[in-house]
This record gives sequence, C-alpha cells and structure tokens, in this order.
Amino acid sequence: MDLQNLNPSSLKSRFTARFLRALTEINAPKTISSSSPREIFQRYRRIKVAADKSMAYSVRSRRIWSRATLWRLRTRSRSRRLVSFGRRASVKTRTTASHGKENKEHHGAVLGVQAEELRELVPGGEAMDLCNLLDETAHYIKCLTTQGFCVYMGGLLCEGCC
Amino acid sequence: MSSRRSRSRQSSSSRITDDQIYDLVSKLHQLLPELRSRNSDKVSAAKVLQETCNYIRSLHKEVDDLSERLSELLATTDSAQAAIIRSLLMQ
Repeated sequence: MDLQNLNPSSLKSRFTARFLRALTEINAPKTISSSSPREIFQRYRRIKVAADKSMAYSVRSRRIWSRATLWRLRTRSRSRRLVSFGRRASVKTRTTASHGKENKEHHGAVLGVQAEELRELVPGGEAMDLCNLLDETAHYIKCLTTQGFCVYMGGLLCEGCC
Repeated sequence: MSSRRSRSRQSSSSRITDDQIYDLVSKLHQLLPELRSRNSDKVSAAKVLQETCNYIRSLHKEVDDLSERLSELLATTDSAQAAIIRSLLMQ
C-alpha cells in the first residue's frame, strides 16, 4: 500500500498513517508466547482502541461525535486511577442536553423509537437535537467505512508479510 | 456548517423545519446500501433511521471482526517480519 500516492490531507490517509503507527506500537513488545488466547484478546482490545482513537483524532474537534469519542477515550484511561468518572459523565450530559431538549421533543417524538436507537449508536448522540443527530450520523457513517477499510488494509499488510 | 445553519434558524424561528429534517434524512438515505436501489419517495423517514441503525451496527461488527483477525495475524507474524513492517511504515 503506497501511502505517498494518497492525498495527504484526506481523512483516509490521515487515519491510515495514525492507525498503522499505533499498530506497530501494539506489536512492538514481542514475547516468545505471543499467541495465547488472552494475549490475542488483549491485542484485539488495543487494536479497537487504536482504530477509534485514530478515527477520532483524524477528525479532531470538528464534529460532536468525534469530541464525544475523544472525551470518552481520555476519561476511560483516566478512570482506572480516578473514582469520579460517573460524576463527570453525568455533568457533561446535563450541560449539553438543555440546548437540544425542545427540538428533540418535537421532532424526536415524530421519529420516536428509531431516533432514540440512533442516539445510542452515535457517540454523543444523547444530547444532540434531531438536526445535529442526522448530520453527525452521516459523517459518522462515512468515517466508520473509512475505519473498516483501514483496519482491513492493516490486515492485508500483515498477511502479505507472513 | 450545521452550526451556521442553526444560528440563522434561531434568528427567524426557534424551531427546526420539517424540510430541513427531510433533507437530512434524504442525505442519510443516500449513504445506505440497501435502500439506495428502491424508489426514494416511498421510503419513510422512520424506515431510513431504522436502516441507518442496522447499518451502523453492521459497520461496528465489521471493524470488530477485522480487528480480531488482525490481532490473530499479529500473533503469527514473527519478530523479523514485524521489523520489516515497522521499517516500511516509518518511511
């Protein structure tokens, strides 16, 4: 896969560069028994976090969903040491939920269950009004397909070297 | 882009119009693989949202499966090959 031929400012190339770099860090500490089920699972968890991190950092704070993902990733790593995780999460949703509440009730009621379901799937969706939710969802889907592509390419790269 | 739209909305009226919702739902509809082939006029907004949820879940699962496969592949890659991968990626 030739990284130089990709448009350097495109989401795909930014994401790919970050993700592949993260992969090398995940793979770096080579021990003799690196294929136990537990280690495979731990590696799988780290790859998932790397994929989400790469995706969110490539979009940065330009989107509500990426900000929510970045916040969640940072809080998760801090929550292992801090006890206040639950308190922080409730404060955050309270401050942002008040803005979208009126519009959410009007149109959200029309689209009912489906909008609620969507809110749970899109990061930060609980506090968005319906307009933002639909707009963010479209961008989120585009990024998810890019993420899948990049993880797939990472796999091809490793397969090619085996 | 959406923040600019919401600011102008607030100056004229504080409610989102049905047209804006319809436009956004249509935009989502275009991204969905299953509904694209059918006549877009006949698909309800609720159906589009439902299919969107299913699509997002399938994308999540796809990344999950690919990540799992990748973690198994990394286990079988030995240290010499890992060094080759690393040097290729650091260019």
